[in-house]
Amino acid sequence: MSNDKIIKMSSKNLNFYYGAFHALHDISLEMYKKQVTALIGPSGCGKSTFLRCLNRMNDLIPISRVEGQILLDNDDIYEPKVDVVLLRRRIGMVFQKPNPFPKTIFENVAYGMRVNGIKNRTVIENRVESSLKQGALWEEVKDRLHESALGLSGGQQQRLCIARALAIDPEVMLMDEPASALDPIATQKIEELIRQLKESFTIVIVTHNMQQAARVSDMTAFFYMGKLIEFNQTDTLFTRPELKQTEDYITGRFG
Amino acid sequence: MNNSSDVNDANQKATQEINNAENSNLQHVDKLEFSNNTFKKMLQSIIFTIFRCSAAVNGFALLIVVYFMTSNGLKAITWTFLTQPPTDSMTKGGILPCIVGTVCLSLGAILIAFPIGVASAIYLNEYATPGKMLRIIRLGINNLAGVPSVVFGLFGLAFFVVWMDMGVSILAGALTLAAMSLPVIIGSTEEALRAVPDTYREASLGLGATKWQTIFRVVLPAAMPGILTGGILGISRAAGETAPIMFTAAVFYTPYLPSSPFDEIMALPYHIYVLATAGTEIEATRHLQYGTAIVLIALVLGMNLAAIIYRAKLRRKMS
Repeated sequence: MSNDKIIKMSSKNLNFYYGAFHALHDISLEMYKKQVTALIGPSGCGKSTFLRCLNRMNDLIPISRVEGQILLDNDDIYEPKVDVVLLRRRIGMVFQKPNPFPKTIFENVAYGMRVNGIKNRTVIENRVESSLKQGALWEEVKDRLHESALGLSGGQQQRLCIARALAIDPEVMLMDEPASALDPIATQKIEELIRQLKESFTIVIVTHNMQQAARVSDMTAFFYMGKLIEFNQTDTLFTRPELKQTEDYITGRFG
Repeated sequence: MNNSSDVNDANQKATQEINNAENSNLQHVDKLEFSNNTFKKMLQSIIFTIFRCSAAVNGFALLIVVYFMTSNGLKAITWTFLTQPPTDSMTKGGILPCIVGTVCLSLGAILIAFPIGVASAIYLNEYATPGKMLRIIRLGINNLAGVPSVVFGLFGLAFFVVWMDMGVSILAGALTLAAMSLPVIIGSTEEALRAVPDTYREASLGLGATKWQTIFRVVLPAAMPGILTGGILGISRAAGETAPIMFTAAVFYTPYLPSSPFDEIMALPYHIYVLATAGTEIEATRHLQYGTAIVLIALVLGMNLAAIIYRAKLRRKMS
């Protein structure tokens, strides 16, 4: 690996269980600062599960169990002393289906600040504006900030969700198939946005779409049956995969 | 060669026969389906007619009730009727103490039951870990919903009036009515909470909100229209009940308006019951009984309407 890559997050021998089902086997993966890491693989391969381990969203599932370590700046996020709420403030998440709250556009973006105890109106207003600009949505919504977010199109809603996550200034952004519910033009906008965002954030993105992984990511990890099969620079993985299995998947022979 | 052509011929014949058989089969099936269709259509129209009649009977029943009451009781409703206490052994005068009593009891029951019911539902749906304990609590709540109202009345008498020494009072009556409407409120609140998509919860938690913030700022507002519906149902039912307040809050007659929650009061449903069964002149006060019933129904409808308007406003705000 080249020296300019700083490890922001990494998993070490991560195992994950849903009850008796062993969903992730010994995953060791490094995610570099201000780079886009794409997780690809067929449905049920564990890529989303892995992503949801990174901000401990899987804690919500009562029967789940985690073994191994996930380090954020060298601190294990699964240590008992870690406050999950504070952790999730550092690691933002965007979901597969756009999920704005049934509130106004303004309140959606302000939500993260409000739950974090920021009360100053001007601070909130400025941050809402800058986040919406960062989320490439400002021009489209600046005149209707106080209308319901549910009136936006799917693509706009997803960019709103990204802006909402940006508003609390996370260090890492997790994206779980952020464009899979969107049309090609909206997808293109999201991809453009991801390329801009990696200037400031570390991004981990799960995607079904291999062209998307090739277009937006620096590093790609190929998951299959709960195992990490291959992890490499995106252009290397897509042009000269080391393993037959990877090649079969990226050339569309299965999956 | 010969052999093979023979085989071919035989094959062709066989295929043709199969085709023929299939064709006749198809025709047969067609006919069958056709006759089936007419039968199905007939059955369908019969069933829908039954459904339509059921719906009509319901609507009609309400019309009859309303017509019957207004035709018999409308002449009783005057300004005096609404603003004065009863006089002349309750054969004349008004029903103001009853109106005030029922309003106090209903509001009291809402104020007690709504927070407790919503809090219970939040606990059951958002916090409690599924297991034996939770199943037992749910079973208890469901069975509570099936307990007859007179049993609640006796419970209220034994527990609130006597054991807790509240006496026959607004407080005891409101608590009894609250206990009675709790299962309805808990049930519908739980349903409303379950209808809130998990993606809202995940989005909120993902933004670093605590569980409590998530529930209070996202889940509850989204569920509020549904919760209000349950509240309306619970309270409307409670407001019209006679049995639970008979032993706990209502008195036969008092000319005074209540001045504290520990006062006993008159109430509309109990007043109707008294006039219709135990008054000094049952026949002569018929129009007063119907008039009181109209006021009770108007009151309940009024409360419902207020809640429905509020709910519609919430819904509009959210979409």
